[in-house]
Amino acid sequence: MNESVSESVIELRNVSKAYGANTVLRNVSLQVQAGEFLTLLGPSGCGKTTILRLLAGFEKADGGEIAIGGQDMRTLPPEKRHVNTVFQSYALFPHLTVFENVAFGPRLQRVGGDALREQVMDALRMVKLEELARRKPGQLSGGQQQRVAIARAVVNRPQVLLLDEPLSALDYKLRKAMQLELKQLQRRLGITFVFVTHDQEEALSMSDRVAVMNAGCIEQLGTPRQIYEAPENLFVARFVGEINNLHGRIVAAAPPRYDIRLHDRVINLKSKWTFAEGDRVNVLIRPEDLRIWREHEGSDEERAKLFPARVEEVVYKGSTVDLIIRLDHGDLLSTTQFFNEEDLALMNLDFQVGERVFVDWVHDWETILPHED
Amino acid sequence: MRLNRLPQYLYLVLVYGFLYLPILVLVVYSFNDSKYSLEWQGATWEWYQNLFDDPDLLQVALNSALIATLSASVATVIGTTTAVALHRYEFFGKTVLNALIFVLMMTPDIVMGIALLILFASLSLPLGFWTLLLAHVTFNIPFVVVTVLGRIGGFDRHLIEAARDLGATEFQVFHKILLPLLAPAVVAGWLLSFTLSMDDVMVSFFVTGPSFEILPLKIYSMVRLGVTPEINALCTIMLGVTLGMILIAQLLLREKS
Amino acid sequence: MRPREPFKWMAVGTIWFWLVAFALLPNLLVFVASFLQRGSDEFVAFAFTLGNYQRLLDPLYLGLLLDSFWLAAITTILCLLLGYPFAYLLTRMTPRWRPLLLLLVIIPFWTSSLVRTYAMVIVLKANGLLNQILLGLGLIDEPLELLYTEPAVILGMLYALLPFMILPLYATLEKLDHRLIEAARDLGAGQFTIFRRIIVPLTLPGIIAGSILTFLPGLGMFYVADLLGGAKALLVGNLIRDQFLSARDWPFGAAVSVMLTVLMGVLLAAYYLSSRRASRGVMP
Repeated sequence: MNESVSESVIELRNVSKAYGANTVLRNVSLQVQAGEFLTLLGPSGCGKTTILRLLAGFEKADGGEIAIGGQDMRTLPPEKRHVNTVFQSYALFPHLTVFENVAFGPRLQRVGGDALREQVMDALRMVKLEELARRKPGQLSGGQQQRVAIARAVVNRPQVLLLDEPLSALDYKLRKAMQLELKQLQRRLGITFVFVTHDQEEALSMSDRVAVMNAGCIEQLGTPRQIYEAPENLFVARFVGEINNLHGRIVAAAPPRYDIRLHDRVINLKSKWTFAEGDRVNVLIRPEDLRIWREHEGSDEERAKLFPARVEEVVYKGSTVDLIIRLDHGDLLSTTQFFNEEDLALMNLDFQVGERVFVDWVHDWETILPHED
Repeated sequence: MRLNRLPQYLYLVLVYGFLYLPILVLVVYSFNDSKYSLEWQGATWEWYQNLFDDPDLLQVALNSALIATLSASVATVIGTTTAVALHRYEFFGKTVLNALIFVLMMTPDIVMGIALLILFASLSLPLGFWTLLLAHVTFNIPFVVVTVLGRIGGFDRHLIEAARDLGATEFQVFHKILLPLLAPAVVAGWLLSFTLSMDDVMVSFFVTGPSFEILPLKIYSMVRLGVTPEINALCTIMLGVTLGMILIAQLLLREKS
Repeated sequence: MRPREPFKWMAVGTIWFWLVAFALLPNLLVFVASFLQRGSDEFVAFAFTLGNYQRLLDPLYLGLLLDSFWLAAITTILCLLLGYPFAYLLTRMTPRWRPLLLLLVIIPFWTSSLVRTYAMVIVLKANGLLNQILLGLGLIDEPLELLYTEPAVILGMLYALLPFMILPLYATLEKLDHRLIEAARDLGAGQFTIFRRIIVPLTLPGIIAGSILTFLPGLGMFYVADLLGGAKALLVGNLIRDQFLSARDWPFGAAVSVMLTVLMGVLLAAYYLSSRRASRGVMP
């Protein structure tokens, strides 16, 4: 998809919303491209569901503009919008069969007869439920209900499909499978998806772009990779995945490279931010980017550059071994070591609590941000 | 708290016996072929026959049925729309309204009866059909609201939004989603109102006049004069009507799960 | 919120109109009337007085009021003593039988109290069932005068009101989380401690609701007193009724009614506070 020619199907400009004294959105602006899978990610109460409800028309913004497909949405009631929602609780009509649930929207558009049947069965086939068309929602499993909810929404061929934590009620395995299915469905239909979740793994694995939200603001908008590898602030860094935070100070600035003092060492690192000498910074490193050296590994010369530490906790996780280590300076770091099949003989991950280890990381894989706390 | 089961069952049986034995006696006596004796003299329809031969009594029964039907219907419409509004909308005074409905339901009948009597007297409304109807609608409304609200409370709160989202207008939401889903509770509310109205003594006592007699008051005046087999029969019929209504209502309310 | 909501305004408007016209206004009139004087031609004379309330303290009426409160209190306590274990046992029955057993309480709940009171008359009268049984068992030699006594009135009210105590109790007992009882036992509490410290506080709203539904009608059900207690005015309900029917002293009747309303207010406030306290705990 060529970003420069694709038009934005959703446009939010300076949208704000409050419930009484409780402000849930503060001047949020956001553009969603046609055919995009955009995820709103954030902790509960960050305003992500409110954005969805504003788009669906269930709530009215206090200020700002909302347009869908170039049309101003401010006075349009939900039933007039080419937008459909998949609810967290599915909200299937309990008194109607699966078929009638899916047919609800088309019937209101005065589709009838064979056309209706065809349309509904197509949608049900898409979610592999054509055999259960005559059942009532109460007779379906959670996963099946979820599929009906999706079929009921996409059968209307909406411009935008809104999904409000649709997978949160499913168990882990089913959730994984549905993530994949949803992603495939979205590619096949070419409908714009706006997906709300608080599960960062889900957000990263499904989305074209992710908007990380906190306290009514979008903290960062970018591809999953940008969000994970180049977080723009401490909140995003901490909310998406686990991260270690080392406090440092700029001792020499030659943008984009800086000499940064970390405890008793000075390391030369790159940053897209501009710092001056003396600035305090956060050096953020993902657990999987940290490398652990054991006492017998490497030469003394190599070891001199490393941070000495002790193992405090060993957590075996199947495919990885996580270590909590305490640097001799006192900082606590968490690391993830992958079992490497080639090195299996060489690299033994059988760490002991209290063991002396040495730490470093692949330089330039870290993120350096201005100090905040 | 594991106690021996037998005394528990015995206790339940005793309380149920207390609740049902007098009613059972009443029903049995209504078929007893003896005017005064307590002993069983064989079954008869005579007392029922006497009731149906009494045109005045039939008129009174008809009056009661009319008031019950009308008041239940009006209360059902008002109560259902109120329950839907309370569930769906935010509006000024919603909490107060909720509380008022609850208080109205808890108000002792005698307090409501004389309050309405004073109202009607100060409006110079003659006591009879209309005053009775207004009073019955008033005490029926809270029961319909509570019955219907109980049902809506079990709904997924996004159902209505889902319908709007799929293109349903306000009216379509009401008739395609709310009404079919609420139907059992609405009918149950109607039936309960009908029974309440059919059985009410205390409020009716104050708000109707000699121009419009109803069954419970008729029974009350008859009963004060003594026990007769005809009253037994009449009470048995009343019991039967109530029982039927309650059974249907409970069946409708249970079906939800 | 949305511009067109005819349904909302119609629904809200109707119920507000009805409640104001037929609940608030009438009670306001009763309140006003209770401060007026008895009229000679009209029912009330428009002259302010506190006399109606003073008369409540007149030994003649005060005695009746206290007697009536006493009867209603005894009835309520009996209902509670009889109903609480009953409701508790109901919640412990197997789910298969519970709906049926509950239905058997719901039926008398909705059945005419007048008809049921009348059934009690049949049981209690001189040649009624109870006397026949007692005679038959040889426990008594001649029929007891059961009717037209205070115990008969109490029995009649107990009979009429028991379902109104059981149902609210059942509703709160059913919601009681039995893991709490297990937790209390686990922590070493005995049965009495569990009952007093866990079960009663958590079911207090049900106890109060049931008490309101039995105590207030227990003061007002004049026909129970008429049919089982004889001609003597026994209950507040009889007093009120007589002021409106025979004595034709509406303002005094209104004052008695205001007293009942205030009492209801106090009881409802207690209910509100207790249910707030009971639900304020941890949410599962």
